[in-house]
Amino acid sequence: MNVRLEPRENASVGLRLCVSLAAGVAALLLVAIPVLLAGRSPLEAYALMIQGAFGSMFALSETLNRATPLILTGLAAAVAFRAKLWNIGAEGQLYIGALAAVCVGSGLLQLPPALMLPTVMIAGFLAGGLMMVIPAVIKQRFGADEVVITLLLNFVVILFIQMLVEGPLKDPLSMGWPQSVPLIAEAKLPKLLPRLRMHWGLIVGVVAALALWLMVRKTVLGFEIRAVGENKAAARFAGIPVDATMLKVALISGGLAGLAGVGEVAGVKGYLSADLSPGFGYSGIVVAMLAGLSPIGTVLAALFVAAVFVGADSMSRATGISSYIADLVVALSLLCVLVGSFFLRFRLRFGQQSVGA
Amino acid sequence: MDVVFDILSSANFWAAAIRIATPLIFGVLGALICERAGVLNLGIEGIFVAGAMAGWMAVFLGAGLWGGVLIAAVAGGLFGLLHAFLTVILGLSQHVSGIGITLLATSASYFTYRTALPNVTTPPRIVPFQPVSIPGLSDIPFVGPALFQQTPMTFLALLLVGALALVLYRTPLGLAIRAVGDNPASVEAQGLSVTGLRVGAVVLGSALMALGGAFLTMSAFDAFFFGMVNGRGWICIALVVFASWQPGKALLGALLFGAFDAFQIRLQAQIGQVVPGQVFLMMPYLLSIVALILVARRADYPRALLQPWTKGQRH
Repeated sequence: MNVRLEPRENASVGLRLCVSLAAGVAALLLVAIPVLLAGRSPLEAYALMIQGAFGSMFALSETLNRATPLILTGLAAAVAFRAKLWNIGAEGQLYIGALAAVCVGSGLLQLPPALMLPTVMIAGFLAGGLMMVIPAVIKQRFGADEVVITLLLNFVVILFIQMLVEGPLKDPLSMGWPQSVPLIAEAKLPKLLPRLRMHWGLIVGVVAALALWLMVRKTVLGFEIRAVGENKAAARFAGIPVDATMLKVALISGGLAGLAGVGEVAGVKGYLSADLSPGFGYSGIVVAMLAGLSPIGTVLAALFVAAVFVGADSMSRATGISSYIADLVVALSLLCVLVGSFFLRFRLRFGQQSVGA
Repeated sequence: MDVVFDILSSANFWAAAIRIATPLIFGVLGALICERAGVLNLGIEGIFVAGAMAGWMAVFLGAGLWGGVLIAAVAGGLFGLLHAFLTVILGLSQHVSGIGITLLATSASYFTYRTALPNVTTPPRIVPFQPVSIPGLSDIPFVGPALFQQTPMTFLALLLVGALALVLYRTPLGLAIRAVGDNPASVEAQGLSVTGLRVGAVVLGSALMALGGAFLTMSAFDAFFFGMVNGRGWICIALVVFASWQPGKALLGALLFGAFDAFQIRLQAQIGQVVPGQVFLMMPYLLSIVALILVARRADYPRALLQPWTKGQRH
């Protein structure tokens, strides 16, 4: 009896789904260890988490509210990673998108009310997109790695936002609090239901996922993205405009992250501050990986990650277990899904060696 | 211009530059070892946090300072082992694994800190490493106070630069490490284990990264703060490209960086009323980006960087 690894040509959708589910479950099981070390019962913690994330209409609304930016940053990572463009800068792009929303939507610009919201969203998309096009151009022109540049830009952007909300953009009515002037009513995303925080950004996210799915499947650009991601040299040889495709991917990816920022400003907070995002950009990477880079899967993975955060917050309030447990689950699910991807590439064979192997 | 000259001519400034450079020296050396062996380690940012937390916590719970340093190194090494298992043994994406390690190490550190100290509002302090004067050398005017009145971890960092250069360029082990990142097939042809060398390099490199974090909580400051690493790990990843993967240039890069940072802090004190503080705080990140762009075209990446190796693989 021996175990061998055999390369797998194509992994089925079902198998991919199993791997993602298994990764999420494994991550949840693994955090039982720190919960036990903290001297609490894991079963109690799980029950409280599920209740906190789904137990009431309010809980569900909070989970969907939290999932909204994660769908968009998840899509941002998914579309970029498909083209092997390592955009780790969604956090910064999110803030720049939010900034654009405030610049356009705080009343300085006079527009017919019906045009206000679309303009805010387009501005946020373009600003976020531009924020990713810059490193993509730098990569093409100078050969500098986009990973480090996008990571470092996140820090630059946050400081830039801090500077603005303490300076030129500061709301004079905020009692000294560092936050920007508020959006006008027409620039805001309406709530989905009265008295609950979830807003139309959720619909925007789901529509974006569907649009991306269609694009990847049915359009020339989608084909080019897949080709570039699989083998850049071969794509170039086949006459695909690799550089132009990469720039389009950068624009879409950064733009989606920018939209996440628009959603947080126009749908939740109503103003910009330097603590707008608790790491939505970084969690988006986990969402995309859990989704196997599939746009539709991103919606489901975002729901999972959002439920973990919302559930853990509520569980933390009840038990005193630190809410960093949620970050642990999210980090562990990324590593688990990475290990799972090993089984998408290889199959385990037990038993006799076949002839010619 | 007088302002600039005044700053540059004070020994105090150069002492600060070396102090700021110290964690970066550890980090760049660690990243350098990993990358020389062919493995990008984006876990660095989180490993810094883990080193900072583990070292500090050990001392807080009663270990000696050097005991804390050791614990930090072990913590870093363990995260390195995980990264090596995923990327070297399973051959999975180094980018994704690295980001995962950073998220895991950061959240594990924060969780541990919060769980151990649930009710603290002001971070508790330890007695950190104190500056030691090297007899004789520290009395040299200007150079003495700048270079020879530092904490022991700074001297350790400087020693490690020499030691690493020696090992990399003067020993068979160093040759093997460099070869495994450039041409792993040649290493295997020599009957050496590509996997073993890479795993060893990643573990050792990660342990060094953790020392960079430990310096923050045990030498530069005396407490652990959330968000205190603040991108230093990513800066190291940029600096290692700037340094063309050479220990000597890594030291130079880190010192230049430290000097620039110390300079902007002093400049801020002079002209801080006119320019918002955030502009100065952005400088380290912008500087790293500029450094990366300047050298990118000439950068001589280890040829097998990011490429997994399977035993017996043929080209």
